[in-house]
Amino acid sequence: MEQAKQPKPPVCIRVKDASVRFNMAAERVDNLKEYFVKLMKRELHFKEFYALKNVNLVIHQGESWALIGSNGAGKSTLLKLICGILQPHSGSVTINGSIAPMIELGAGFDPNLTAKENIFLNGAVLGHSRKFMREQYEQIVEFAELQDFMDLPIKNYSSGMRARLGFAVATVVKPDILIVDEVLAVGDLEFQAKCRARIKELLSQGTTLLFVSHAKPPVLELCEHAVWLDHGEIKKLGATEHVYWAYEQYLNQKRKERLAQQGK
Amino acid sequence: MKHGLQTVGNWLDRFVKYWDLLVLLVQRDVKLKYRRSFLGYLWSVLNPLLSMLVMVVVFSTMFKRSIENYPVYLICGNILFSFMREATTQAMNSVIGNAALLKKASVPRYIFTLSKVTSSAVNFVLSLGALLIVMIATRVHFQWMNLLIVVPIIELYIFCVGLGMLLAAVTVFFRDIKNIWSVVTLAWMYLTPIFYSLESFYKPEIANANLASNTLGLFIRRFNPMYVYIQQFRYFVIQYSPVWEVPTSVLMWRGALISLGMLLIGAVVFRRTENKFILYI
Repeated sequence: MEQAKQPKPPVCIRVKDASVRFNMAAERVDNLKEYFVKLMKRELHFKEFYALKNVNLVIHQGESWALIGSNGAGKSTLLKLICGILQPHSGSVTINGSIAPMIELGAGFDPNLTAKENIFLNGAVLGHSRKFMREQYEQIVEFAELQDFMDLPIKNYSSGMRARLGFAVATVVKPDILIVDEVLAVGDLEFQAKCRARIKELLSQGTTLLFVSHAKPPVLELCEHAVWLDHGEIKKLGATEHVYWAYEQYLNQKRKERLAQQGK
Repeated sequence: MKHGLQTVGNWLDRFVKYWDLLVLLVQRDVKLKYRRSFLGYLWSVLNPLLSMLVMVVVFSTMFKRSIENYPVYLICGNILFSFMREATTQAMNSVIGNAALLKKASVPRYIFTLSKVTSSAVNFVLSLGALLIVMIATRVHFQWMNLLIVVPIIELYIFCVGLGMLLAAVTVFFRDIKNIWSVVTLAWMYLTPIFYSLESFYKPEIANANLASNTLGLFIRRFNPMYVYIQQFRYFVIQYSPVWEVPTSVLMWRGALISLGMLLIGAVVFRRTENKFILYI
């Protein structure tokens, strides 16, 4: 499992025995009446659900990791844990360095504001000052290739245009850790290629990458290592080809079983 | 102690780092409030002015004779109370309303609550223009003391931040609060001497006065924070003060204590629950 070869660069992400627990019963209670009814019936603390179970992961500086697995396997949960959006129920997460999260690009965009106003707002969410954003503004617009649409409210943007803008803002500064969650799929092919080139450029400068995608080619192209998550647990981790191969085997196996069942 | 100092230091670092976010969020609210409206920011002045006119017409027969300069009396109470209502109502939705953002990036969550209270405060400052107009129209004698209104304004702002954080946190878990709050503020408005004066029924200096109305009056004086802020404000604007009221300097201290207490409660509740927000929004 662990690959020990040359001396490693310093650790930048250490996830130690981390679990994330959701309380399914409590989550559906969002009004007072239900709360008291459930409290009386003592149902409030039932139905716990682990989105992640005892996950251990050590990532060194400059490495590129893919997270693979079916929908609902816990990939996004793990990314949110690393970003600090979620806190682990048990275990710990230690991060060294700045993080640029790209989970659903442009989620922070306000539909009523113009693209220009949104660039500044999104930059501020990522912790950049207005001064810094003013300096980088031209570069962002140029990268997104949306020069003519800067005064248009974002609500009139297509999802592809939003993704362009989001990617341009998120990668304007070289982050220590770049997190890309299934965001390249929306842009057109040309822009996808541009994004991959930008990610590679950042990687060559020492950025650590965490990448989630359901498409095989970009995973193999960008990532050296991979983690396969299934039902909140790490099934396998190691070199991308090996892990992806095992994952595909597992999927084939499942498809065969399903076909066999249907045949009956 | 050292650990405590470090926590405060971290907190300050993050606050400074996200200061620009706060400014941009406030700018956004202020900009969007009047986008596509013909008169724009002028509405922040016109609105309190017009509602004051309505209230003067409605209530002047009832209270005019007992209160000197009724229009100014009215608009003072009205703009302060409206600020509190707008700030807390907006703050209440600040966490739920920014769910999309809070799920995607790690930002200090209280920034959103703070920005809502602050943008309401900007609106309030604009509505002071309406007060100025009414003061000029009714020939109020201007003096340096008028400037002391910043004291109750800052106190009320801090109070609203505390109450807003409390409401924002509780609303994440119980959405009912959104519906209850409008009723609570309605009751609160009637329990605040905005268009009437406490003096009209609260007469502690008279030995055999009506017990029920005296109890109500005492309750308002002691337990309604809005009374403390509005009374100070009116004193600084038109030197209005009931005969039985303590010196305004005492009210200033009382108001400061209440707002800091509210801030403490709000901040503690918010801090204790904020890590669970993500599971509910």
